[in-house]
Amino acid sequence: MSEPDPIALYRVMFLARMLDERIWQLNRQGRAHFAVPAAGHEGVAGYAFALDPARDYLVPHYRDLPALLHFGVTPRDVFCNLFAKANDPNSAGRQMFAHWSDATHHLLSLSSPQPNHVPHAVGIALASKIRGDNAVTWTGFGDGSSSKGDIHESMNFAAIHKLPVIFCCENNGYAISVPQDMQMAVQNVADRAAGYGMPGAVAQGRDPLEVFEVARQAIDRARRGDGPSFIEIKVYRFMPHTSNDDDKRYRSREELDAERANDPVALFRERIVKEKTWDASRDDALKQELQAQIYDALAFAEASPAPTAAEAFTNVYAMGGDK
Amino acid sequence: MPTKTFLEAIRDTLSDEMARDERVFILGEDVGKTGGVFRAPEGLQEKFGAARVIDTPLAELAIIGVAIGAAAVGLHPIAEIQFADFIFPAFDQIVSEAAKMRYRTNGAWTCPMVIRTPYGGGIHGGLYHSQSIEAYFCHAPGLKVVAPSTPADAKGLLAAAVRDPDPVLFLEHKKLYRSIKGDVPDGDFVLPIGRAEVNRVGSDVTALAYGAMLHETLAAAEELALENIEIEVVDLRTLQPLDRETILASVRKTGKVCVIHEDTKTMGLGAELAALITEEAFLDLDAPIRRVTGPDLPGIPFNEVGEHTFLPNAQKIADALRKLAAY
Repeated sequence: MSEPDPIALYRVMFLARMLDERIWQLNRQGRAHFAVPAAGHEGVAGYAFALDPARDYLVPHYRDLPALLHFGVTPRDVFCNLFAKANDPNSAGRQMFAHWSDATHHLLSLSSPQPNHVPHAVGIALASKIRGDNAVTWTGFGDGSSSKGDIHESMNFAAIHKLPVIFCCENNGYAISVPQDMQMAVQNVADRAAGYGMPGAVAQGRDPLEVFEVARQAIDRARRGDGPSFIEIKVYRFMPHTSNDDDKRYRSREELDAERANDPVALFRERIVKEKTWDASRDDALKQELQAQIYDALAFAEASPAPTAAEAFTNVYAMGGDK
Repeated sequence: MPTKTFLEAIRDTLSDEMARDERVFILGEDVGKTGGVFRAPEGLQEKFGAARVIDTPLAELAIIGVAIGAAAVGLHPIAEIQFADFIFPAFDQIVSEAAKMRYRTNGAWTCPMVIRTPYGGGIHGGLYHSQSIEAYFCHAPGLKVVAPSTPADAKGLLAAAVRDPDPVLFLEHKKLYRSIKGDVPDGDFVLPIGRAEVNRVGSDVTALAYGAMLHETLAAAEELALENIEIEVVDLRTLQPLDRETILASVRKTGKVCVIHEDTKTMGLGAELAALITEEAFLDLDAPIRRVTGPDLPGIPFNEVGEHTFLPNAQKIADALRKLAAY
């Protein structure tokens, strides 16, 4: 796996941030019922560049929009999902926003109870081992989820069978309102990996290249048949948990302002400008180009039909088995 | 046609399905080396290898959750939960995930898997090796629930469950494993899920039963035949989706209905059946619908008096049917 193209990486991080801001506005305007911000988590996009979207599987964290944009999800998909339209590729408008799924992109469906999807990633990896297809499965979840037994049972099972799966905890320090020190007595969730007989590593989410490198090592190891790894990405969420949360109730504005100094999108831009990979004069053109994509996607989604009442009754069972 | 026990029919069908389709594999606690605590998958690890008959850790959530992921990408897992009483840590995976996967992705992802589990009392299993769990899971659209009562049905319905494109909870009454024998068709034999069977034809009362209670009900019907009371015994076989046509046709013929199940009474399958029949065939009824069920107790006691008191049997069923016939 070669180094990621920094401009491609910057583009998905920047696009994710723009989408995030637009989605929040639409929610505040009353045009979208539910928003799940990803701002602050953009650095996780680095892991997507270490995977092979043609063969690998993704059972992601719900806050992984930046990574999904590299895995094939488009702004049109995102807005059709946001507005719960019939052509929403995630769920045909059945699930709330950010319950990602797309079979054509090897992206397995998420539910709301967290982290119910993590054992599914282990099952995909078991299927890969049985069939020998050499695919790696990546699954993500938050620090809140790390408290649940699902993670324990999944990591234990995967380690026993040396399955090609990566467990990624995106630790943003809060399970909605509950801070890390009320969730666990350890500093790093990754410390637990040793207890399962797998390597654990910590990456700083503000640096997508560090995330890429840590992910690459774990993915290489999994593809060699040496088994699962655990990765903890330290991030900070700049927005409330969802559009129904008020983060002022549990964290100070001073804390938030201090963390904004570590904005992964701004830091990465500074870095690629400094390294002369990117020219600051191109910012406006990029913004306009992505803005046009967003307008197109928004118009497309708004013009798309809503599901019909009859469609609510389909796909309960396989064809012919519907009630 | 060979005669097999209920258990042998299940074991042979597991083997046949694994031989037929290499996507089929088994996972569960103690299913490999020891061949399962009831010996259903006995010998299958030797025959098909440890990669296709997987001994798992004691972790029901993972057994089902891992099966869901493997099913999503095209394998056909048969997950064994050692006792139905131990299934509840996986309830979330079954109800929130397996049952909803097709619906929530509008058919883009599916979950073709079987969950086999021994259930039911009468074997001195106490509170936690005796429960009937069907009512919890029949309330989850997207999931199918099957409960055979004969070796032939066990074969035909297990084969159907393995080949079904949706998740199927396959309930095996553990008292039947070695106590019930019957003819089992040779070769490829598949019964449709969702079809009940009129096991005994009669004209006076319809008795709806399944699992071990089917056999108690048949014994009761034998006894009543000596009194010239003819009971029509319908074996439900599939509990979700119910075979409304067969059930209602029998009710319209006899006009009197008794539902028999071992599971506790309140909010049980009998309540749904009574509601269905009242909605669809009220004017055909000549008597109130009766239920013979386990009492509303938290569990089946281990002591013999308590266990006997809990379980419906041929005598209790015959008493109810006799009263209905005379109504």
